[in-house]
Amino acid sequence: MKMFRIRGGVHPEYRKELTSEQAIVEIPMPARLRIPLQQHIGAPAEAIVAVGDRVGKGQMIARPQGGLSAALHAPTSGVVVDIAALPAPHPSGLPQRTIVIEPDGRDQWAALPAPIAEPFAASSKAIADRVAECGIVGLGGATFPAAVKLDLRSSYTLDTLAINGAECEPYLTCDDRLMREQADEIIDGVRIMAHALGVGRVIIAIENNKPQALAAMTLAASGVSDIKVIGIPTRYPMGSERHLVQLLTGRETPARKLTADIGVVVHNVGTAAAVHQAVRFGRPLVARVVTVSGRGIATPRNVKVPLGVMVSDLLQFCGGLTDSTARLLSGGPMMGQPLPSTDVPVIKGTSGILALTQAETRRQPVQPCIRCGSCVSACPVGLVPVEMVALIRKENLDGAATAGVMDCISCGSCAYICPAHIPLVQYFNYAKGRLNALQRDERKRDLVKRLVEARAARMERMAHAKREALKRNKAADKPADTPQAGAASPS
Amino acid sequence: MSSVVSISAPYAHAPTSIRRTMGLVILALVPATLLNVGLFGWPALNLFAITVVAALAAEAMCLRLAGRPVRPTLNDGSALLTGWLLAMSLPPWAPWWIGVVGSFIGIVVGKHLFGGLGQNLFNPAMVARVALLISFPLPMTLFVAPRPLFSADAPGFLDGLAVTFGFGPKIDVVSAASALGHVKTELSRGVPVNETLSHGHDLLATAVGMVPGSLGETSALLLLLGGLFLMARKVITWHIPVSVMGTLFVLGSVANLLDPARHADGLFHLLSGATLLGAFFIATDLVTSPVTRQGQLIYGTGIGLITFVIRSWAGYPEGMAFAVLLMNALTPLIDRYVRPRVFGRTSKGTPIQPKARS
Repeated sequence: MKMFRIRGGVHPEYRKELTSEQAIVEIPMPARLRIPLQQHIGAPAEAIVAVGDRVGKGQMIARPQGGLSAALHAPTSGVVVDIAALPAPHPSGLPQRTIVIEPDGRDQWAALPAPIAEPFAASSKAIADRVAECGIVGLGGATFPAAVKLDLRSSYTLDTLAINGAECEPYLTCDDRLMREQADEIIDGVRIMAHALGVGRVIIAIENNKPQALAAMTLAASGVSDIKVIGIPTRYPMGSERHLVQLLTGRETPARKLTADIGVVVHNVGTAAAVHQAVRFGRPLVARVVTVSGRGIATPRNVKVPLGVMVSDLLQFCGGLTDSTARLLSGGPMMGQPLPSTDVPVIKGTSGILALTQAETRRQPVQPCIRCGSCVSACPVGLVPVEMVALIRKENLDGAATAGVMDCISCGSCAYICPAHIPLVQYFNYAKGRLNALQRDERKRDLVKRLVEARAARMERMAHAKREALKRNKAADKPADTPQAGAASPS
Repeated sequence: MSSVVSISAPYAHAPTSIRRTMGLVILALVPATLLNVGLFGWPALNLFAITVVAALAAEAMCLRLAGRPVRPTLNDGSALLTGWLLAMSLPPWAPWWIGVVGSFIGIVVGKHLFGGLGQNLFNPAMVARVALLISFPLPMTLFVAPRPLFSADAPGFLDGLAVTFGFGPKIDVVSAASALGHVKTELSRGVPVNETLSHGHDLLATAVGMVPGSLGETSALLLLLGGLFLMARKVITWHIPVSVMGTLFVLGSVANLLDPARHADGLFHLLSGATLLGAFFIATDLVTSPVTRQGQLIYGTGIGLITFVIRSWAGYPEGMAFAVLLMNALTPLIDRYVRPRVFGRTSKGTPIQPKARS
């Protein structure tokens, strides 16, 4: 199949051999599970259980709020012991509303929705509703509600479903192992999603550094005519949605638009496996595969983790941290989030927990920029990081916006390659945050201005109406008045 | 492991650093330097050492005055590289004070007055060279024929010191013009270029280095190898060297075709003078060249063009240093207007319109 060129990118050291040959293992159920109500893009879910309720495995414990939200389900059977604000797995460590469940050890499924017997005869709305009911979100890390993405056919003309098996971040091997061990389930989920989207073409893209996954998926897809499994060049950030679409189809997503605008929808392989479970068995999303890796971990592994397991329990299951750990991350090293402590739970978006040593991070003191231009060559979006950083340093955020900082995807390629070890992405994230805040303030001000103007106009109309009414009354009174006046006045 | 993390991803890094980049460039220069020191003997070695030490001293002095940490910054190798490149562009038997004054001008005026590493507008080594050339034209144009280090008529260590420091009985030095200088002088005397080149000029000798010239002018082959090494290690890309050399070659060949009596051919331009040193090591200076690939092509073409113009019609036989400085002045302009196209946008910056699909 013809593949198109994409610009930029880097070749990090992948270090996948730490976990790529480790089959997925299950962690024994810990004593407590914590399920934060916000594990997805959109509005937080709303708890529908109370403290003291008994819940079964897979029972819905929080329902979606609004159009862009996702449901949450109990990862195992047990009792709801608390609903409180507890630290979230976010760099700030700020508290978030969380449901705490104490497992009862029986791990019994609650009453689940019935399996959809004939998925390929079902309507796309039925499938999307089932996916929403089961709380499925994008498991590549973005956690976008999958049901909304499956419903895109109503607003866009679609022709291709691209399945993202790239897994371009170093260290992470959860998608790799999933493709090797559950290829049939993934292919089934892919076929269901393709039917729901109404597309004629499906491309499953897997990076060339995963030959066994390629073989397994090709075998599983061999009986299906519309699905193509292809190996793509190993390069970071090949898994970026827009760049993957450009590589596979040659189409470039316009700025500020979705890939659906050019007819393509992208889903992760883990999401496809979850859709298979939801549609064929009625099972909601209650667990995910997490890669625990890095030289700071005693026993790196790929673990199937029920949602809500504390990171400390997970690390203990993998032998614990060594003394040389310099960084603890959720996700991959290029775009992951630092964990403020291990006292936080695993959530739907946790694709990996990494403990990196100083030798692996290669952190060095920051030096002056030498204008080498490596960042410009590395940027997959075609921006000029060296110029943007110079503007942001001087707080010239409008200049930075003109230079294109809002188009930055924060992939980290520029900072990875910078010889001066300048934390470029930090500058861009700061600028994006400030520009978003300024935009919000401006919209607020505009709204207030419009309301004030509307009120002034309304008052003016009311005053005008009053004056008119007064005038009319006077005119109505006058003819009655005159004879009386004439009679009253001394003539 | 810190609980309060003050910086965002990425938390991995390539094995790159400023020190490694400078180190690779110096490594690429070592073969040519060794050959030339071997060719020109002890005086050349003395001058080289003095220039480099003076550059480091100037850098240390400026850092101390600016209140910046001296040891870590000296370690990044940028002052060492500047001194090295300056030494390569000096006449090998020049007196010691040329090296010292040049280093101080280059480091203090050319680099630190602008703000230090990464802030300078002009290539420091070329600033130094041009300042020396204009201020001290005689010592800067006195070239000698090679006298290999352990050959019969080469000066010994003490005699070498005498040459560099200018004491004791004068060695009988027969100054010889570099190839470019010779061609220009003969042209001014009315001898056509093709005559000058046909006798008394061996292209292979020029390539290998057995001809008069500055330290860096005379070993085209080793410099080419060094440049290819740098490209293989991804320190530089092909854009600047190819555009500089390509422009010079094309202009030289065209001019030679049109008027062989007046202009030397393209290959001569490539192999003589500081073309290879300039194309691979001087024009590619990271701080003073454009950051985008297209910008680098424009920059390199400009250097080639200006070098050709100066060599052909101006008063100096060698134009690379001036050409580099003039194009350095244009680099900010090039960087301002030449930008890559952003993904999802046209080159004007508006979002692209997706093509209509059936």
